[in-house]
Amino acid sequence: MLAQLDSGLMPKTNYTTAAFKATRVINAQSVENLSEGVLDFSIDHRFGPVNQGFYNFFGLDEANTRFQFDYGIKDWLQVGIGRSAQPKSYGGNIKLKLLRQSSGKVNMPVTAVYNFYTNIDALTYTGPRNNDFEYRLAYVHQLVLGRKFSDAFSLELIPTMIHTNLVALNTEKNNQYAMGLAFRQKLSKRIAFTFEYFYLYPTMSVTDIFTNSLSMGIDIETGGHVFQVHLTNSLAMNENDVITDRTENWLKGGIHLGFNISREFTLYKPGHKAI
Amino acid sequence: MKMKMKFLPVAFTTIIALVLFAFTPAGKVYLTHTGHISFYAGTSLEDIQADNYQVAANLNPATGDMAFSMLIKGFEFKRALMQEHFNENYMESDKYPKSTFRGKISNIGAVNFDKNGTYKVTVSGVLDIHGVSKNVTEPGTIIVTADSVREKSDFDITLKDYKIEIPSVVKNKIKEVVQIRVDVAYKK
Repeated sequence: MLAQLDSGLMPKTNYTTAAFKATRVINAQSVENLSEGVLDFSIDHRFGPVNQGFYNFFGLDEANTRFQFDYGIKDWLQVGIGRSAQPKSYGGNIKLKLLRQSSGKVNMPVTAVYNFYTNIDALTYTGPRNNDFEYRLAYVHQLVLGRKFSDAFSLELIPTMIHTNLVALNTEKNNQYAMGLAFRQKLSKRIAFTFEYFYLYPTMSVTDIFTNSLSMGIDIETGGHVFQVHLTNSLAMNENDVITDRTENWLKGGIHLGFNISREFTLYKPGHKAI
Repeated sequence: MKMKMKFLPVAFTTIIALVLFAFTPAGKVYLTHTGHISFYAGTSLEDIQADNYQVAANLNPATGDMAFSMLIKGFEFKRALMQEHFNENYMESDKYPKSTFRGKISNIGAVNFDKNGTYKVTVSGVLDIHGVSKNVTEPGTIIVTADSVREKSDFDITLKDYKIEIPSVVKNKIKEVVQIRVDVAYKK
């Protein structure tokens, strides 16, 4: 009797779910989009660098905070807005899911997500620089390519292009290119190790690779919250500055303790879907 | 000539008998792919409820043999995150994609499929959830109408029996004993 049922039951395509536990790995976007009707609010915090020594309690006296709201308009279209304290900025992004990893009738080895982020520099400037609005803008284009290799391990590559409308020096380029790598390795059902690195293609002289944004951390998931605790050499949390503002070196104690706390709210549940 | 004459009526009767046997209801098995199974595992702290509207089920009305089969990923929750946790952390749906039941209605003779009515039955069989198989015996109801046959059953399962773990951090949000509701309708 059971055999008769099997022939009509298995879905033709099995789409991979939950390659990463949240929509961001640490600073980088993951291949996960929020489901339709879901709002995610997160507060991200970075302390100062450890090399500030005992007087600043190894960096804990200094704080940088970002507020971020992300919303799933459709399962494949997510939008977000956020604000950082350092550098003082506002930003918004669109995250489009282009391909979904699947097996079965449709075999797709990777999930591909296009992320487009616009950053607005909100600092007040005096002096000779041009403060027209357009000179405060920077744009980030990313193609996040990720694969869930097993229940425990997922990896993604993030080719990135950053365009900054106004750069500080004539020798700096407006367009910069980077390659990001991020992975998560589950340590138990609810705890995972995360790692992230952005290699910025040098546009000036060769620079120390240890100043590129390198982060590693732990994700702890409990019910509706995900706690992400990590160590990073990036004080910034907005996409463009994380990748380009490489001022701190892991080998010289330029390491910040940080955490992201996010909570999902279901605003509405879309209609019944066939699997 | 006499032999031939006797042969014809025998052949004719045999053919009629075979044709009649081909049309008896004993050969028919009811089948559906849109059965409904739901469960409730919530407490006062958390509303945990899900429905699967794509349960495959069949029933042999002559012998009482029956089976259900459903994909765990087919259970729909109000909250997408709860559905993700259900599949990833509790049911491990990538390892155990289906849940099945194969069994028999022990008193199928008590059900008259040609007479409208509600019949109480007892179902026994093997229930497979999360890779663990257990023998179960539960009461159920069969409702017969002119054009449909409907199977209904409400019963409980203990999560521990099927190796489904509830971590201590959410122990008071999820019930250890889960109420399951089966409601499957076949077209006659």
